[in-house]
Parts: sequence; structure tokens; C-alpha cells
Amino acid sequence: MNSVVTLNPELATFSRIIVLAALTLYSFAFLVLAWALTKRAGSTKKKADKFANRLDTIGISLMTFGVLLHGVGVVTRGIAAQRVPWANMYEFSITGSFIVTAIYLLALIWKDLKFISTFVSGFVVLIIGSANTLFYVQVESLLPALQDYWLVIHVSVAILATAFFMIAAAMAGILIMKESKFIQTTKLPGANWFRGILKVFPKVDKLERTSYQFNIIGFILWSFTLIAGAIWADKAWHRFWGWDTKEVWTFIIWTIYAAYLHATTTRGWEGKRAAWLTLIGFTAILFNFTIVNLYFKGLHVYSGL
Amino acid sequence: MSSRQPSKYVVRKEYQEPIEAPDLSVRSWLRWIWKQLTSMRIALILLLLLAIAAVPGSLYPQRSADPNGVVLFFRNNPELAPWLDNLQLFDVYSSSWFSAIYLLLFISLIGCVLPRVAVHYKALRSDPPAAPTNLSRLPAFKKLDSTELSIAKAATFLRSRKYKVVETKTEIRAEKGYLRETGNLFFHVSLIGVLISVGLGGALSYTGQRVLIEGETFVNNESAYDSLTPGFLFDKSTLVPFSLRLDSFSTRYDYNNPNNFGKPMEFKAKVTSQVIGEDKPLKSVIRVNEPLFLPGSKIYLTGNGYAPVIVVRDQDGKVSFSGPVVFLPQDSNLTSLGAIKVPDASPKQFGMLAFFYPTVAKLPTGALTSNHPYTWDPLLTMNVYVGNLGLNSGLNSNVYELNTHGMKQLAGGKSKIKAIKLQYGQTATLPGNLGTVEFKDIKRFASLDITYNPAELWVLLFAMTTLFSLIAMLITPRRRVWVKKTTSGIEIGALAKSKDETLPKLVREVAKALKKKAQ
Repeated sequence: MNSVVTLNPELATFSRIIVLAALTLYSFAFLVLAWALTKRAGSTKKKADKFANRLDTIGISLMTFGVLLHGVGVVTRGIAAQRVPWANMYEFSITGSFIVTAIYLLALIWKDLKFISTFVSGFVVLIIGSANTLFYVQVESLLPALQDYWLVIHVSVAILATAFFMIAAAMAGILIMKESKFIQTTKLPGANWFRGILKVFPKVDKLERTSYQFNIIGFILWSFTLIAGAIWADKAWHRFWGWDTKEVWTFIIWTIYAAYLHATTTRGWEGKRAAWLTLIGFTAILFNFTIVNLYFKGLHVYSGL
Repeated sequence: MSSRQPSKYVVRKEYQEPIEAPDLSVRSWLRWIWKQLTSMRIALILLLLLAIAAVPGSLYPQRSADPNGVVLFFRNNPELAPWLDNLQLFDVYSSSWFSAIYLLLFISLIGCVLPRVAVHYKALRSDPPAAPTNLSRLPAFKKLDSTELSIAKAATFLRSRKYKVVETKTEIRAEKGYLRETGNLFFHVSLIGVLISVGLGGALSYTGQRVLIEGETFVNNESAYDSLTPGFLFDKSTLVPFSLRLDSFSTRYDYNNPNNFGKPMEFKAKVTSQVIGEDKPLKSVIRVNEPLFLPGSKIYLTGNGYAPVIVVRDQDGKVSFSGPVVFLPQDSNLTSLGAIKVPDASPKQFGMLAFFYPTVAKLPTGALTSNHPYTWDPLLTMNVYVGNLGLNSGLNSNVYELNTHGMKQLAGGKSKIKAIKLQYGQTATLPGNLGTVEFKDIKRFASLDITYNPAELWVLLFAMTTLFSLIAMLITPRRRVWVKKTTSGIEIGALAKSKDETLPKLVREVAKALKKKAQ
């Protein structure tokens, strides 16, 4: 990576526009999918179901077109910067949300996960929206400390792990709402409507099982992220582990999910308790990506804004 | 589904902790404590505690990672800081409470894993266990009413699915997925391996720092380090004698892209190394991310800066000081601060606190700053202090600082005489008949970290086995299947160690195999 790099700001602008176009498609997908959800919740008639199915198909198609555009946006960003497109928070967000959507759409081929489509599209809209307004930076070259092939390995696997954890957390969230005594019994306005929506989602044990499966894949990938990070740290920072703030949080997240695995497999934790641990783990991941990047002092700061 | 309902998944007997009323003898107390410690519940609590205990280390600066941050924290919070310090919150990861948690966790782990190794070893060599009395209580169950069918077909089917199968006249016992437990045990043993290698590595390793100016040579022995932190088992006499000369240091800046204009793209230290008494000198390059491997050491580039060459002459023109002085960078444009000490000056000792600006610019306030890290327009400014430098009393032992306590300021600040300003190659007259000072040349310096950790490879190996055994453990389902001939028909039951949605499907397949007509 020692040759002279020529950045392409025009292409970066093009990439940004393409990503925003994908964001528009995702937003429409979200609206259509949310409509399908309320349609299903409101009625038990077959006709309404048929209509909802059609809306689902439209929503998923919109997401598919969105992800194709999104992919073009990510790739052109990489070409514009002459490197992998995940060296700052903006790039990490757009690449990460692309991976989430791609994994989700691929998983749809072999698993019926349509029920979380509203969540996934909504979350992706949120990520791209905030990346574009809060984290956007023009393309820049890498600082010497980041010029290494471990950037490709370490960060891409971290993104992948985050994607799996996110999908697991979405299911855990639904599970908790389904199991919540408050939601089951409350007489607040709209409560019936909301309960109707919750009924659309699969049974609790399916949610739990699927969430568990995504969590274990996430955990394996996170373990790899941690080890790859240590190998890189040994090369760049002359020690494989030094309790840098980012290392601390990577460790905390790893420990929370390790506790989750123990709780579910050997302590027989089920339902809400396991789901809460999943949510705590994912909150730690979000914290690690946002607050730790933006406000904590540490060696990983240059990967921020 | 409330959490009070019994678990759908059967927990194997050896993981259930018997509840016993402890009696009062010391031995049974110890046994009770041991039992608690090695229970899964306590292990889970310890794991979560470990996660929580790690948090404060990211909230407060740590001495190990950010010693300057700790000093600053003490300065800004003089009342709070000592309290936090008493709680070891600036050394979280070596604190007694953090250590207590992870040591307990590892004792618990060892206590959990070792007996299970024995159990698993036996299980690997023995046949699948006999069928439980009531198969219908298993998570997956099916009954075929026919008494005509031969259960041998089920055995053939299960063998084709790589099950370990035992046949008796009335029942088939089958088990598969031993790799799950093997992986599980390997994972935890490897984790112990990681901890031991990290601990041993810490004891047997050393890290040292050395600042080298272009042209300087470092010879690897204790006294040549600016600072050396050895582990408590490290023998300093085993430092491999090699020499390392910094031939040149250079930074490449980006002048190509407007977005990134002037940003450093590459730091490059060209060095010549030689193991003393061996080989020819070897020329190599050290970059960030590219350490140099020498026998018994790895050498890393961790920082850089400027070392202006200063010459001080007294009134008679006699040289009282000459050489490069390391200036510590204060910002990303390398505005640098240095101390020049002239103990051999006549008539009096004096020192200078100096700023170096590689590309000088003026702030709106009138203060000077640097707006580029490369020496496009270098300027040196100096405040002069005369008096006892205290070098013999150890008062000014830090070479980068000048303690001006008890010294008289002759130039700069409130002294009414302007600070001395020198451009590259210029000479100025010093106040108080101290002679002249010349800014003769600019050299660069590199900060090097020299480290050695013999256990590093072991940490890596154990980390890799941890990962592989984790994958093996999490993707292998462990299942037991029983087929039992009773007077009323054939019963099929299956049991899994993990959440296993395909268990009913497996039972259906076994039933199908049983019903299949002989070919």
C-alpha cells in the first residue's frame, strides 16, 4: 500500500447518492412491510391475508432492489477511496447495513424469516439515515497504522458478527414483547391493535431457537474478530492485548454472549431471560460502536469520524 | 410460556446440582464451597460479574494503557482521584477485585472441566446407555402399533447416519455427536492454556523504549534503554547483544489529494542491525505495522519527531554544547517542545526551554504554531534560564524537561527581553554574556519499542484451538435415539443435548425406515 493513492471525490459523491437511493427504496419497503403487518394483525380473514402476502412480496422486492443499489454504493465508495470501504464510522455503517440486509435476504431462501422484515428494513433505514447525517466524511486515505491487510479481515468479520447479533436481537425483542405481562393485560388505547400485531409473529419457541442460532454464529465470528484484532495489535501496537477501551468492550461483549451460551445450554434459561441477555449483549455492541467510538479515549479513535 | 414451567429440554443428570443441607464440619464446609464454586450457576454469575467489572476500566484512564491520562485525571479531580485510586480504578485489570473474579472463574472452570474430561473419555469408549423406562417422556417420541416389524432395520438406518449403535433383542441404543462434548472440553482447556500462556508471557517478557536520532546506534543492553519494563522472571543478562543504527527516518505526505492534503501516508525508519560477533550488518526498514524481527526481540516504530542540532559557544567562541536535541511533539503538526541544558557553559550554567515549529504560522492571538508537520519553514524559539541546572542532584534528570525552579529567566516571558528566534542556519547572541546559540541542522528521531515475549506463540496456538473447538462444539448436535420393542408395538424416542428442532423429523425417519419393506 505504499504507492501513491489517488482518491476520487466525484465517485464518492456518486456513491453517496446511490446509497441514498437505496435508503429511499428501503424506506418504501419498510412502509409497505409495516402495512402488511397491520393488515395481518387487524383481520383473520383469508382475503386480508392474501393482500398482506402481496404486500410482503412487494416489500421484499423493494428491499432486494435496495440491496443491489446499496451494494453498488458500497463498492464505488471503496473504489473512490482505493481501499476497503470500512475505515471510518460512515463506511462501517453503510457496509454493515448492506451485510445485514444481504444476510437477511439470503437467509429468506432457506428459512422463513419474513416476520422480521419490518424490523430489518426499519433498522437499516435508521443506520443509513444516521450514517448519512451524523457520520458522513469525504474519502480519505488510511493513516499508516491502518494500512494493513488485517483491516480487511478484522473489520469485515466484526461487521458480519454484528449483523448476526442484530438479527438475533430483533427476534429477542419480539419475544420479550410477546411474553410481557404488561402488554398482555394493559388497557391502554391501541393495546389490542398492538397485541394483534404481536400475534403475527411466530411462536415463542421458534423465535427463541432462531435467535439462538443467529447468536451462536455471531459468537463464533466475534471470537474470530477478537483473535484477529489481537494478532493485528501485536503487529501494530507491539502487544496483543493492552486493555484499550475498544479491546475492553470487545471483551465485555464476548463475555456477555459467553454467559448467554452457558445460560441457555447448561442452565436451561429460556424465553424472556435468555432474550434479555441477548438484548443486553446487543446494547453493548451498539454502545461499543457509538459511545465508545465518539466519546472514549483509546487507540481505535482514528477509526471514528 | 412462563419460566416456571419445566424445561422442554432435558438437562443431563451430571449437570444438575444436588441440593444438600451442609453440616458443620470444616471438611463438609470446604466440600460445600467447592461444590458451589464449580456449579454452573456460580460460573454464570462470575462470567457476568467479569463483564461488569471490566466496564470501569474503559471509563477511567488506566495506568497501563494511558499513564498521562491518569496524571491529568489527578490534576483535574484532586479530591476524587485518590479515592478512586484506593479502589484500584486506575489499575482495573490488575486490581485485586478483578483478579479475584477471573481467578475464581478459572478455578470454577478447572473444577468443572476436569471431571467432565474423565466422564467424556469413558463415554467415548463405552456403548450408548440403555433406554429409559418411559420413552414417551422424551422430547421426541413416536409409537408404532405393529408388533411384526423388526427393529434391526432401525439399527441399519441409524448406522448409515453415522450413529454409534448397540443392538439387543428388544432395543436399539444409538448415539451421535460426541464431537460436541470433545469440542466443549477442548475449548475450555484451551482457554486455560491461553490464560497460562498470557501469565507466563507476562513474567518472561520485557518491553523497552528507546529514542534514536538519525545516525545514533543502540546496543541492546539494560543501560541503553530509556525505559525497560521486565517481567518478574525475565533475566536481563539474556538480552541478545545486537546493535541497531538508525540510518534515516522519513515521512511521506500526501500532496496529491485535496481531501487529505499534507496527511502522513508512510513513516519509514531505515536501520542497520547486526548481532554482535555474528553475521554481516543487515539493512532493513521498520514501518508502522512492520516490526523488525531480531534474535530475542521485535522492534516497533511507535513515534517520531524532530531533533534540531544546536551549537552553543561561549564569549570566547569555545563550544560548550553541540548536538541534536530530541524535541517532543505536542500536536499532529509536530509543534515540539524541548529542553537544552548547557552544564559546561561559562561563566554560568544555563538552560533553554525551546519550541520548534516545522512550518511556522501565526495564530490570530499572535502566538506561534505549526501548520504542517514537514519542515517547510522551520523556526526555533527559546526562553533562557540561568542558574543551577541541578543535574548532579538528580533534580533535572528528565532529559526532555527543564525544571526552572530556582533559576532566573533571562529571555522570553516576563524577562522583558524577547525570546530568541532562530531560523534554520541562524545564530543569535545570548543575553547575559552567555555567548551565542546556533540552529545548525535538523535531524529526525524515531521512538522504538523493543519487546520480547516467548509465550506469544503459545497464546496464539491456544487461541486458535479455542476457536476451532468452539466451532466444532456449536455446530455439532449430540443426539441419542432408542428403539424399543414392547408387547404393544415399537417405541421410538430421541433426546438432544441442545435446542434441536429436527428431532421429531429424525424420529419420523426412523419410523419410516422401520416400516420399509425388505428389499
